[in-house]
Amino acid sequence: MIRKSPTNPARAGVTRRSFAAGAGAAGLLAGTAPFNIVRAQGGPLKIGVILPLSGVQAGIGQSCKRGADIAPALFKQIGYTQPIEIVVVDFETNVDTARARAERLIADGCNMLSGPFDSGAASAIAQVAEQKGVPFVINIAAAPQITEQGYKFVFRNFQTAPQIISRGLALFTDIFAATGKTPSTAVLMHINDTFGQANKAAIDRIFPTMNLPFKIVESIAYDPAAKDLSVEVAKAKATNADILMTVTRLNDAIILVREMVKQRWEPMGIISPGSPGMYEQQFLDTMGKYGDYVITTVPWANPKAEMTKLVSDEFKKLYPRDKLPGHIFNIGFTFEALMVCADAHKRAGSTNGTALADAVRTTKIEKRVMVGGPIEFDAKGQCNTIASVCLQNRNQTPTVVLPKDAAEMTPVFPMPSWNQRG
Amino acid sequence: MPSLELVLNVALGGILAGLVYGLMALGLSVIFGVVRVVNFAHGEMMTIAMYLAVTLFAAFGLDPLIMLVPIAAVLFALGYVMQAGVINPFISRPEHSQFMLLVAIAIIITNVLLIIFGPDAKSVQTSYSLDSFLVGPLIVDATKAYAAVAAILVALALFVFFRFTLVGKAIRACADNYVGALVVGLDVKHLYALTFGLGAACVGAAGAMLVLVIDATPPLGPALTLLAFVIVITGGLGSMPGALLGGVMIGLTEALAGLFFTPSAKSMFSFGLLVLVLLFRPQGIVGKKAL
Repeated sequence: MIRKSPTNPARAGVTRRSFAAGAGAAGLLAGTAPFNIVRAQGGPLKIGVILPLSGVQAGIGQSCKRGADIAPALFKQIGYTQPIEIVVVDFETNVDTARARAERLIADGCNMLSGPFDSGAASAIAQVAEQKGVPFVINIAAAPQITEQGYKFVFRNFQTAPQIISRGLALFTDIFAATGKTPSTAVLMHINDTFGQANKAAIDRIFPTMNLPFKIVESIAYDPAAKDLSVEVAKAKATNADILMTVTRLNDAIILVREMVKQRWEPMGIISPGSPGMYEQQFLDTMGKYGDYVITTVPWANPKAEMTKLVSDEFKKLYPRDKLPGHIFNIGFTFEALMVCADAHKRAGSTNGTALADAVRTTKIEKRVMVGGPIEFDAKGQCNTIASVCLQNRNQTPTVVLPKDAAEMTPVFPMPSWNQRG
Repeated sequence: MPSLELVLNVALGGILAGLVYGLMALGLSVIFGVVRVVNFAHGEMMTIAMYLAVTLFAAFGLDPLIMLVPIAAVLFALGYVMQAGVINPFISRPEHSQFMLLVAIAIIITNVLLIIFGPDAKSVQTSYSLDSFLVGPLIVDATKAYAAVAAILVALALFVFFRFTLVGKAIRACADNYVGALVVGLDVKHLYALTFGLGAACVGAAGAMLVLVIDATPPLGPALTLLAFVIVITGGLGSMPGALLGGVMIGLTEALAGLFFTPSAKSMFSFGLLVLVLLFRPQGIVGKKAL
């Protein structure tokens, strides 16, 4: 603090009082600075959740967001009472936007990242998270390479594409055994994006090793933004394959089945080894009876788990008009990813990136939503304990039909023809 | 090698879809042919029409094909107001100003639709949405067939209007000789607005039909604008028959490319066709060579 001397206005001087005040202020600053750092590290956890709330994957992104919406109330119920702020942002189903959103969230003080239901976006966010030293817990993304890069800050509580395919294909033989009907040929239709290509590659690699009773006669890739799949379906129909295997997302799954009805193509079944789309609420609502009997082998919520009941109760409170089964996959994994963050923060007692990442690495959460063992991560940051079930849409509700001990109904295969449905 | 039956089925689907695309592009061609403004908000205006159809169907169960004329009328009014109120002052300004204006309008439309309707895809499920006709070995998609027939009827009506009505002739006079039209006392500003309205009405009719074939989403606009450009450049910018022909050619090219090569490369072939046309017939297939 400097003021002009009363005797000589031109001369500026420092008085004893101003010096003392300045020294006091400096001391106060110096004294509190370390506490500031400690407060920042032990303070509220801010989690940035990056989801495709608009664009091609908007329906699924909005569904995932419900998992983030129910998390704060659930955290209090299950003992994560420390202050946690969850910020949900939209990456517009665009990988470059996902990268930019991740950078922005970190700049805005997010201590952890989660999301994004997309392998391409997850790869982009992972690079940013690793560079900035901010732990990134993936809710849903299957491309195996994400956890094969040697990253220290990237964790995935979801199956990799090879796991989805191998665990999913293993259930195919159970379907045929349970119904006594075995197809001899299949045609594969897959979306041509990072996820679709990863799944296709996994199928190509794993299928020959599974000793399945049918062969894949043709693979047909299609554009992720396709508005019309008439050519693709005509091509698939012309193969005369017994079953259609699909790797879809949501909008394309709707267009695909709609086109099958129009072209009167009635294979023995439509079976997806682990891809989203056909168990989503929007698919069920849009397709109605034509969405029934489609089968997906997929990681799913455990209907008997205590945590699933809590999720269900909270979901009903927040979304009384929505049906949980069409959202549970997205909600379950999104909530679990955020639970991993909350759990790590509680054990680390810090918001420091390295401390949080170390805590995530030693995660062991027994009580979970999805079917499988405890949530824990291997050295690569991959959770390998997630199991798959066989889901079939029945009465416009995704229903577990295999394995028998978790089944709510018995599987129907071959599916009834289009004009024999109610 | 695909069977003949498969080739015919795929080709028919491509032609039917191409006719609807052609009607959409027709609006762009009409506007450019007369007003000489390239409507970069074309696809976005089409999404407005699609959402109108979706809303009318959801609220009152009104079939988009029945609502085709009212929706076209609403879009006509929107186009007229846009031209008279916003675009006319830009007619004599540099082309980049017109470009920026229409891109801005496009962005505004997309975001307003996002705010009102959200990002989810909206569809219209009529009683015939999943119907198809069996014609010998051919399976004809009912919605595409209805939409294609309606597209041909709308194009014919437009042709009759421009060829045989006084207003149509006056609009053609403006397109042929701007100064001459002014000299003989035509109200050029009004005729420009009328033309923009007619182009928008085509878009409205096409939107009402297209919603039967594809789902409406706000971000659909730019893709439709691009498609319209590819079609009119291929067919001939400013040419009405060219727009319909371009639509059919693009629809057919994409369908056959998807069948004989790989479906995910359909766009590559339609853009390849565009490049070939630009290289060897820059005025478009039925367009007139610039003097």
